[in-house]
Amino acid sequence: MALTSATQRDRPSASAQTPLRKSLRAHLQEWLPKIVLAPSFAITLFFVYGFILWTIYLSFTNSKAFPNYTLTGPRAYQRLWRWTFESNPPSSWYTSITNMAIFGLLYIVICLALGLLLAILLDQKIRGEGLLRPIYLYPMALSFIVTGVAWKWFLDPGLGLEQTLHQWGWTSFHFDWIKNKDYVIYTVVIAGVWQASGFIMAMFLAGLRGIDSEIVKASQIDGASPFQLYRRIIIPLLRPVFLSALIVLAHMAIKSYDLVVALTSGGPGGSAWLPSNFMYEYTFKRNEMAVGSASAVIMLMTISAIIVPYLYSELREKTR
Amino acid sequence: MRKMLIATALLAATAFTAHAEDVKEVQMLHWWTSGGEAAALNVLKQDLAKEGYAWKDVPVAGGGGDAAMTALKAMVAAGNPPTASQMLGYTVLDYAEAGKMGDLTETAIAEGWDKAVPAALQKFSVYDGKWVAAPVNVHSVNWLWINKAVMDKIGGTEPKTFDDFIVLLDKAKAAGVTPLALGGQNWQEATMFDSVVLSTGGPEFYKKAFNDLDEEALKSDTMKKSFDNLAKLKEYVDPNFSGRDWNLATAMVIKGDALVQVMGDWAKGEFKAAGKEPGTDYLCYRFPGTDGSVIYNSDMFGMFDVPENQKAAQIALAKATLSKSFQSAFNVVKGSVPARTDVPDTAFDACGKKGIADLKAANDGGTLFGSLAQGYGAPPAVANAYKDVVSKFVHGQITTSDEAVNQLVQAIDDAK
Repeated sequence: MALTSATQRDRPSASAQTPLRKSLRAHLQEWLPKIVLAPSFAITLFFVYGFILWTIYLSFTNSKAFPNYTLTGPRAYQRLWRWTFESNPPSSWYTSITNMAIFGLLYIVICLALGLLLAILLDQKIRGEGLLRPIYLYPMALSFIVTGVAWKWFLDPGLGLEQTLHQWGWTSFHFDWIKNKDYVIYTVVIAGVWQASGFIMAMFLAGLRGIDSEIVKASQIDGASPFQLYRRIIIPLLRPVFLSALIVLAHMAIKSYDLVVALTSGGPGGSAWLPSNFMYEYTFKRNEMAVGSASAVIMLMTISAIIVPYLYSELREKTR
Repeated sequence: MRKMLIATALLAATAFTAHAEDVKEVQMLHWWTSGGEAAALNVLKQDLAKEGYAWKDVPVAGGGGDAAMTALKAMVAAGNPPTASQMLGYTVLDYAEAGKMGDLTETAIAEGWDKAVPAALQKFSVYDGKWVAAPVNVHSVNWLWINKAVMDKIGGTEPKTFDDFIVLLDKAKAAGVTPLALGGQNWQEATMFDSVVLSTGGPEFYKKAFNDLDEEALKSDTMKKSFDNLAKLKEYVDPNFSGRDWNLATAMVIKGDALVQVMGDWAKGEFKAAGKEPGTDYLCYRFPGTDGSVIYNSDMFGMFDVPENQKAAQIALAKATLSKSFQSAFNVVKGSVPARTDVPDTAFDACGKKGIADLKAANDGGTLFGSLAQGYGAPPAVANAYKDVVSKFVHGQITTSDEAVNQLVQAIDDAK
């Protein structure tokens, strides 16, 4: 929006300059950014949005191992619908979406809470902050695969925490969530939170450092306790950081695939699957490309349901 | 999109046909990257080198071959298939149906493959009357692998029936050894269940239920009993089995931490690698109640529709693959048995000899069945639906055998 209005404003002044050379240069200036951006724009358009359309098309076909281009109607969606509402005991798809709800909610809430808490503690002008900050931030530098494998070993009752504590003499200690169909999704939450909360802390820390110290001082003079200070002044001021963190975490939660694969390889009886695992399994391993595509479309719609209102509210604020 | 694919395919084809002379190279995609497997494949490499063909390896690691299959799909879709690729069961037929495979019929008839290769295997290497793949080996799934030292300690004997097996497992339990080493991944659980069904229902029933997908058989009380038997076996597994890899379960038997593993004969490769001898260190029996029948899966080299100038290399590869010397040398190392029934068993150990004899008998007697768990009983969609149900049953998402049978019928119906 801003770009077009600016060029529209420039145009009359450029054509007012009569000499040819000048106008050529003006034209070039006007077109150069567009020319430079064109290839990446075209690539994005084709490989992202083009393939989104292709996936939507495939979800209405009867594609199995290879794409098939004859439309056969919404059969794949009907199957997903049945798997969502009419299956007892739960289908893999139902497990995937309920896991998504559990994982997404806990992951986002715990990461935000833990990140904010760490940031506030680190913001107390403590000694050694320069050392502590990278320590908390470092897990983010690991790939989900590494995180998954490390936690897999750590949580394995025959290998990690439980075994170690047994050897130290605490034999009644029992922690086998990673082998338990009802709790395995929470181990995914643990590993995910461990990985991302340091990054969220860094975001909040930057936000805290950006708060005007005058406001803080003024409220301190007014007699606000530290708790009141954070609750009524600082945290409300961090609202934009909350929003950015929420968006980052939400899309990380929805796309997470590798963490589940590395940590539990799907869990006992597929009980740790997320929708992305479902999509990959059905599209590439089970030769049910149509069902896989339909599940991908549903994932896209879920993400859109979160991102679009956010973008809308952001853009509306800008134009105001 | 399709036009683009065709265009790239044409481009690739013209790029190749630009050289008129024959390409003296075979390009092979496979996932045999572990030590023993790579050594076994080396035999083929050397055989081809003798005939003047260079070997271009395209290894894609990952035991089950999922990653390799994804890579293959991309190569074929781009119109640039390898000369051959390691493939399993219905995958070969999927590609053949999509018109991507070559035709080796002339060579096959000249070499007499149609007589030497068991009919059950030909179901996957011949599509629409044309030979499209060269079978490399036959693995069979209904085996017990037993640690002999533990067996002696508990005073066990070879179990002949399922009830004998339970008695044996009880003895191990009483002696404080983990009776059954199981890896809690869906394919391992389903592989074991294949044997349980064959043992419970007999050969006729297995074929009806797991090869013909007959709904009456799938719904029957025999299937319910099979699930009940599976539930019995589950009692003998250590609590930490979930997610365990198959080779770690084999290692438990090798080390004597567990008495027995139900696994395909690729487990023998692990015993071999650990320096163990059949008969003295470990025992191989058929799963109780399944003697005389063989549940198989087989590695195939799928032969793609390659440009004219690569055909000679492809035929050389196929011939070398099915030559008796390679079949013997390769399968001695791999733990499996040859894919043709006329290969002498002199180089094989006791378990290998038994495997070869069993295969021959099963082929003659019509009791050679494709393993549903390994993708030789039904197409991948069905096989995976089956694995889901079995795994959910083992891990407790499905609690009764009635429910399991209902789920199985529904899931297979859905996937068909």
